Amino acid sequence: MLDRLFTPETLQEAWMVLKTQIPLAIWETVYVTVLSTAFAIVLGLPLGVLLVAGEKNGVLPLPKGLMHVLNVVINLLRSVPFLILMIMVFPLTRLIVGTTVGTVASIVPLVIAAFPFVARLVESSLREVNPNIIEAAQSMGASPMQIICKVMIPESVPSLISNATIAITTILGYSAMSGIIGGGGLGKIAINYGYYRYKFLVMLIAVILLIVLVQIFQSVGTRIAVRSDKRLK
Amino acid sequence: MIELVHLDKTFQTADGAVEALRDISLTIEDGDIFGIIGMSGAGKSTLVRCINMLERPTGGTVIVGGDDMTKLSPAALREKRRSITMIFQQFNLLMQRTCLKNVCFPMELDGKSKKDAKKKARELLDLVGLPDKALAYPAQLSGGQQQRVAIARALATNPEVLLCDEATSALDPNTTHAILELIRDINKKLGITVVVITHQMSVVEEICSHVAILDEGRVVEQGDVAQVFAHPQSDAAKKLVFPNGEETVLPPQENQARLRIGFNGSATADKPLIATMAAEHGILANILGASTRAFHEQAFGEMLIGVPAAQKEEALAFLRSVPGITVEEVPEDA
Repeated sequence: MLDRLFTPETLQEAWMVLKTQIPLAIWETVYVTVLSTAFAIVLGLPLGVLLVAGEKNGVLPLPKGLMHVLNVVINLLRSVPFLILMIMVFPLTRLIVGTTVGTVASIVPLVIAAFPFVARLVESSLREVNPNIIEAAQSMGASPMQIICKVMIPESVPSLISNATIAITTILGYSAMSGIIGGGGLGKIAINYGYYRYKFLVMLIAVILLIVLVQIFQSVGTRIAVRSDKRLK
Repeated sequence: MIELVHLDKTFQTADGAVEALRDISLTIEDGDIFGIIGMSGAGKSTLVRCINMLERPTGGTVIVGGDDMTKLSPAALREKRRSITMIFQQFNLLMQRTCLKNVCFPMELDGKSKKDAKKKARELLDLVGLPDKALAYPAQLSGGQQQRVAIARALATNPEVLLCDEATSALDPNTTHAILELIRDINKKLGITVVVITHQMSVVEEICSHVAILDEGRVVEQGDVAQVFAHPQSDAAKKLVFPNGEETVLPPQENQARLRIGFNGSATADKPLIATMAAEHGILANILGASTRAFHEQAFGEMLIGVPAAQKEEALAFLRSVPGITVEEVPEDA
């Protein structure tokens, strides 16, 4: 296996791919991941806030029925396998992007798959906020919106950043899968060369690059989270 | 003035209704430092939270500065809360903000400009003795320092009432003393009415002028601190005033008369009572038991002494001549 992996031809080919396609693939992966995470946060953050604030004893209690619907929808979206979800949201993708294939088109299913996940992560971060601090803010006459924007979110920033890191690395993994619907990036290269054409060396390189990207996102995220936490000094 | 009128609070729990407060009526005068003391679970924290409506009472009314708190709209209540601020056992500072920004926080909520807020916050940090900690984060401060920041924050909206919920319970005795002094200072300087919730007698003794004793959700005694502590009537009050139980009495000896002396606020530093009796009258008294406490340099409590039966009348005559104490003979079989 190994001797077939490293023949002069495979090395030659891998070098060519590395030179011509990998730089763009890295860029596409990073750009799809970051953009999808950003959109997922735009949708997921308010949803996560609602999940915590809207509870019966929350700062902004919402009707029980609405909370129930929110929870069910999030759980539903989270239980559909990403591969199936990608295909199921084709109509929506076409509506938004105009096409269902390609790198930009892959952002839509990624966001749909990620925002319920982000909402749950936000929910868990906000639940860590000391309820006594919220009570103190209430005793000072803070409105529900002020408590959300000035207490709950700022107080959970370190935890939100760590969870955003989890989200971005998970979405990076999903984005590799979107190679199947023609989304660009390292995932596409791995699938095209490794799975369809048995060029394992290229696949290996693509996978290693994905691992490196995850490492970079994770360590940068962790560092920012730790730095932002004023409780640790 | 804070008036609580027939206040009730019942919590619905899985195990049924729990009556946390039952028919509480209290009046707290402006500028007073009013203590509410009780054992854990007596309902103190619930009671103080009913004053600013963090807990909604299930019955009765709460009137603060003429406003019926139970009838205020949410917006009016938020506005009102700026004049009834609170400090807590665990300080409850915003951990991701500097001390300065913590003190700015209530002013920010109020829509005050950043510049004015910062100026006022610096003045307040000066007032509480932490001018150099403006840019430190709460986690960098000791408990006592954090409570000072919390006090500065509580004063930021120029409140009329300061509620202290076990504000010194997490602090060591020296720090407690310093914080209580600060609270008393603020009460004197700014004329803020202070409501102190505590389970510590020493806190009430040190700064309160009036006290209510809470037991199982009821006010069992209330009044002037000196009065209540000198003659605790209820079991709960006695337990608080004499935590080790009432005096242990030695058995009567032959030819000994037993006298009970009550101290009702006599000056302790004035004259050594027992020694004077011995030196000037040659009566050698035996202290059989004592439970006295000093508040504000006055003694309160009781002392049981034994004197030789032959000198009983002389002893009684001497003790009755001393101002501020009462004396009675204890019958042999008591």
